[in-house]
Amino acid sequence: MEMIKTVDLHKSFGNLHVLTGVNQTIHKGEVVSIIGPSGGGKSTFLRCLNLLEKPEKGQIFFDGVEITGKKVNVDKHRQKMGMVFQHFNIFPHLTVAENVTLAPKLLKGKSEAEADAMAKELLTRVGLLGKYDEMPNNLSGGQKQRLAIVRALAMEPEVMLFDEPTSALDPEMVGEVLDVIKGLVETGMTCVIVTHEMRFAEEVSDRVLFIADGNILEDGTPVDIFHNPKHPRLQDFLKKVL
Amino acid sequence: MDFSLFIPNMIKIWGQYWEVFLLTGLKNTLLLTCISVALGSLLGTVVAMLKMSKWKPVRFLISIYIEVLRGTPILLQLYVFYFVLPNVFTFLKLSQFMWVAIALCVNSSAYVSEVIRSGIQAVDKGQMEAARSLGMNEGQAMMKIILPQAIRNILPALGNEFIMMLKETSLASTFFLGDLMTSYAIVKGATYLTLEPMTIVAIIYLCVTFPLSKVVARYEKKMANPNSYKKHDHKRKIMQGGKI
Repeated sequence: MEMIKTVDLHKSFGNLHVLTGVNQTIHKGEVVSIIGPSGGGKSTFLRCLNLLEKPEKGQIFFDGVEITGKKVNVDKHRQKMGMVFQHFNIFPHLTVAENVTLAPKLLKGKSEAEADAMAKELLTRVGLLGKYDEMPNNLSGGQKQRLAIVRALAMEPEVMLFDEPTSALDPEMVGEVLDVIKGLVETGMTCVIVTHEMRFAEEVSDRVLFIADGNILEDGTPVDIFHNPKHPRLQDFLKKVL
Repeated sequence: MDFSLFIPNMIKIWGQYWEVFLLTGLKNTLLLTCISVALGSLLGTVVAMLKMSKWKPVRFLISIYIEVLRGTPILLQLYVFYFVLPNVFTFLKLSQFMWVAIALCVNSSAYVSEVIRSGIQAVDKGQMEAARSLGMNEGQAMMKIILPQAIRNILPALGNEFIMMLKETSLASTFFLGDLMTSYAIVKGATYLTLEPMTIVAIIYLCVTFPLSKVVARYEKKMANPNSYKKHDHKRKIMQGGKI
């Protein structure tokens, strides 16, 4: 089943043509990693999927609905698309628990008790229950990112978008965040992950996209992409990073 | 000049006229300042929102409003509100005091709006993105995520605006409106002394502004520390299912 489909997606920042007509379909339950050089458009592509960036041209379908269309309530659709950012973007004025419960209470009308029960369960899953009552500033980078994942999951999304979730972390904290994402993948969650962790991408992905120069230059299984790259740009890229 | 009588004269004047200084002068100055800053903050919030509007013509008009108020002397603005506007809006039966208060409030709104706007824009862009990605609309994100953080940048600046305005209300003495500076003129006229009432008035101003600026500076320093976010105690108890 198609979950997200983009048709001829174009995006520019000033004179810079960042996306040059991207066509891609992500299916339900699929784990798709996006790799590629910096400035190639991978983050922009991901951010277009929930319209944090508005494409100039092209269409995005989510669950069969064209969310780029006019008169579409984007907020409603975003509630079903969780997003995790490179810089966590945890709400510093709320406690760990409130970070998790705010959106479900505000947007899905969950009761205090319901939201709280879910927050406790999710925080337990990522080993943060002990931090329940603390302010986020007391958390390490890895803990903040795990909290950010939980915050997104609390909205019970259909798909999770990860925008370089480990790039801002100290090396010793990368593992704990990747483990949480792996656990999530095992539950069958649809995931789109922009990452520089090649080993991780190879391990968890059903499919890997190589984005450079504003488009998908290669699209294949992890084995194809990492062990049998065809596009010269991809071969060159892998030589540099592996 | 003979300074030997300076201190005795000051004590004498204070004994005789302290009510003029405090009960009339300081009272009116504080009243004028509070009205101007309070209404100015409300109006300033509206102006700040309009300045961040999606519509270009609105932003343009608001820029003119702000630039005119910040680019012309406040005394000139007072003249307009005191001499011109009462003749234009003759149906408004406002006292002269109120016209001056309105002038100061409008002037304040221009400064406050910039304070609020920069306070909001100083909040990390990622906060808005995170809120929107969860599905909040712009208003919800503003109310729940951005403003509670922006208020920390805004409050100290509002404190400074209060101190500025306290001093600027002295211009109301141009129209003899009974503020602290007017009380200086009154006492000067009654005693034929200048330096003594002038010093007394200066000390009273300082007695208000100095502690205030210390409080503001302390709060500012506290707010600059990212670890200063405190738990909302009563909310937390509700979350744990306990009674407040």
